[in-house]
Amino acid sequence: MSRLRHARPGTRTVPTLAEELSTALAPDRVETSPLHLSVYGHDASGEQGRASVVCLPVSTAEVQACVRLARKHGVSFVARGSGTGLAGGAVPLDGGMVIVTTKMNRIIEVDTDERYAWVEPGVLNLDLTRAVTPLGFHFAPDPSSQQSCSIGGNIANNSGGPHCLAYGVTSPHVLALEVVLPDGELCVLGGLDAEPDGFDLRGAFVGSEGMCGIATRIAVRLTPLPPVIRTMLIDFADVADGAATVSAIIASGMVPAALEMMDQRCIEAVEAFVHAGFPTDAAAVLIVELDGLTDGVAAQVATVDEIALAHGARSVLVAADESQRALWWKGRKSAFGAVARIKPNYYLHDTVVPRAKLVEVLASVYEIADRYQLIVLNVFHAGDGNLHPLLVFDAREPGVLERVHAAGAEIVKASVAAGGVLSGEHGIGIEKRDFMPLQFSEIDLDAQSKLRRAFDPDNVSNPGKVLPSGSGCGDSHSAGEGMWV
Amino acid sequence: MLAFAEEIGAEGPVTCVGGRTQWEVGGSVSADAREVRAPVGVVAFDPAEMTVKAWAGTTVDELDAVLATGGQMVALPQAAGSTIGGVLAVGRSSIHRLGHGQVRDTLLQARVVMASGDVMTAGGPTVKNVSGFDLCRLLVGSLGTLAIVGEVILRTRPRPAVRRWLRTPTDPFGLAARLFRPSSILWDGTDTWVCLEGHELDVAAQANLIEAATEVDGPPQIPHGRTSLRPSELRRLPESAPGRFVAEIGVGVVHGTSSPQITQTTANPSVDAIHQRLRTTFDPSARLSPGRFVSASNVAPASPPADRK
Repeated sequence: MSRLRHARPGTRTVPTLAEELSTALAPDRVETSPLHLSVYGHDASGEQGRASVVCLPVSTAEVQACVRLARKHGVSFVARGSGTGLAGGAVPLDGGMVIVTTKMNRIIEVDTDERYAWVEPGVLNLDLTRAVTPLGFHFAPDPSSQQSCSIGGNIANNSGGPHCLAYGVTSPHVLALEVVLPDGELCVLGGLDAEPDGFDLRGAFVGSEGMCGIATRIAVRLTPLPPVIRTMLIDFADVADGAATVSAIIASGMVPAALEMMDQRCIEAVEAFVHAGFPTDAAAVLIVELDGLTDGVAAQVATVDEIALAHGARSVLVAADESQRALWWKGRKSAFGAVARIKPNYYLHDTVVPRAKLVEVLASVYEIADRYQLIVLNVFHAGDGNLHPLLVFDAREPGVLERVHAAGAEIVKASVAAGGVLSGEHGIGIEKRDFMPLQFSEIDLDAQSKLRRAFDPDNVSNPGKVLPSGSGCGDSHSAGEGMWV
Repeated sequence: MLAFAEEIGAEGPVTCVGGRTQWEVGGSVSADAREVRAPVGVVAFDPAEMTVKAWAGTTVDELDAVLATGGQMVALPQAAGSTIGGVLAVGRSSIHRLGHGQVRDTLLQARVVMASGDVMTAGGPTVKNVSGFDLCRLLVGSLGTLAIVGEVILRTRPRPAVRRWLRTPTDPFGLAARLFRPSSILWDGTDTWVCLEGHELDVAAQANLIEAATEVDGPPQIPHGRTSLRPSELRRLPESAPGRFVAEIGVGVVHGTSSPQITQTTANPSVDAIHQRLRTTFDPSARLSPGRFVSASNVAPASPPADRK
């Protein structure tokens, strides 16, 4: 929206904003250099945006000051955590302000009696779990990027991870949020009390991709560590056998803590990278993790073993000790790093299909990749049908990006056509914004837009994301001049 | 669904009635509101997907009976006659919330009738979905003031192999810290009721950790009235709320006629404004359950701890 940048013709809007921010924050936490604007103009997706100023507040009051100055100067703002998002959710689209929360990284309070922690949004996911593990707890959502992604980002995207099969994605683990609303006012959504009546604005905020304001402190639920954990590695000669095993495990009446699948090409890449001990001649492996109390877990291990063998598993291993378990998980979570051995670039997709459609949709994924002459690896949360096809390519090859995008679009369409959804844990952002009509009607999108506008009537908090433009509920029109000051 | 939408129409005050088991929540609906009932029946249940699709007018009992055939259940409160749509609209979890989770995490997809008479789909059919804004969470607990739920897809969970209720004079807070994933811990200020679920041997081992426990058929009678507190605030209930109460330990919900004294923080004007905008944009002519009160002032917000530099 170029008109925003020229909202006050004849005045140097951006430098003035930066100057005011420097006074409100500190000069070394307000950046306008081309390098900073470029770095903060993108996230881990391929999307490139354009920022006019980047600020790094250290407190709620400073976030409020940033939002108020953005409003005063008529620019939009985008909150950004670690920038690991894969859908472009933190990419500034219209030359607005990027508010980076990485310096707000304190764990403020841990209460193991009530089982919650108040944290700032820049706290890294794994750092929180590491801090509370000695107390016998963890923060259950565990995205593969958990070493580097922030809790604030997890809130924005309602992030998932391998262990969300049993524990749920981020939302059930968020009790309360202190939020700077798009009008600069401060409020608390949700609460530490059990179940207040009233609209669940906390639930509406989680997953709203930064479009309802900025969470400045978060009360997260702490989950007790399970007394017993057993991790199994199951090897299949046929992907379909693996998928059938997944469905049979769920139908048997158990919810494993995690149920992950890797296909052959992924196993090869990971094995060469991590040496996790995965069978490189397998068509697919399943990693099944069971947790709980001794006898229940033992019974579940036996049931999984029986089901897997009945569905054609070549071997079933149980991790002998914690180091073997850790190595298998390292292999699983390193998949995205391992693909660099095949090609320098990758494009990671994220869709969900009914478990019963896993085989069918996987076959489509392979067929689509072949047709576009692309290499595809599959590593995914099989237990909840959450596919992660990974298209690997070399961006220097002419025309390859177009093929990657076209193949990606077909994969998304095939997933939705099979009764699935656009995203299981990465969010919509810019990447899938224009696919929203595949899953939602105009009436559906209009209702979502109503929710967004209730929080942000002026369209200034991360505009242009999630909701497609041109469907009567477009979100691409940023607020103009003369707005709230 | 279209027939249900047609019945609701686009004009005139209307309210959807379930089993009336929690009808008083949020106050009375205007007498001139036309009463409609959501369709009834379980549409599809596939145990391997751990989801079930049903019409909102189906009773939770009927749904439970269908799910039992596949060894599954849903985390919805089950009172005689209560309907799926009703318990979702009220949004209050069952006494097994400690182990089974909350009502609001159960709803995966809802097909609703908007105030305009249009049919809208919120959420998605799969167990995992972050596509777009989370309207399902907004609908749960909205007392039918934003839209009327017609059909839902719910997340199911395995039915426990064994369920045992134990009664003990043991301190419930110590038990909450000691037991692993108990399904429910209830306390009336004197006695504690614990529900254990899972593998038979695990349940037996956990039961052995409870001193002076006697086996009982089920929970105590749950008195009317309900307050939501912080779990730690339950400790002082015998002093602050003398009289009959049953408290959900580890959760914070208190059932009882004598409402405990709690300090309600004044609701934030910005939060009030969000509530107001939601109601006016979803229901511009205020025709959905008029009179029902869903307000942020019901909420006692938590304050983050003071900044410690």
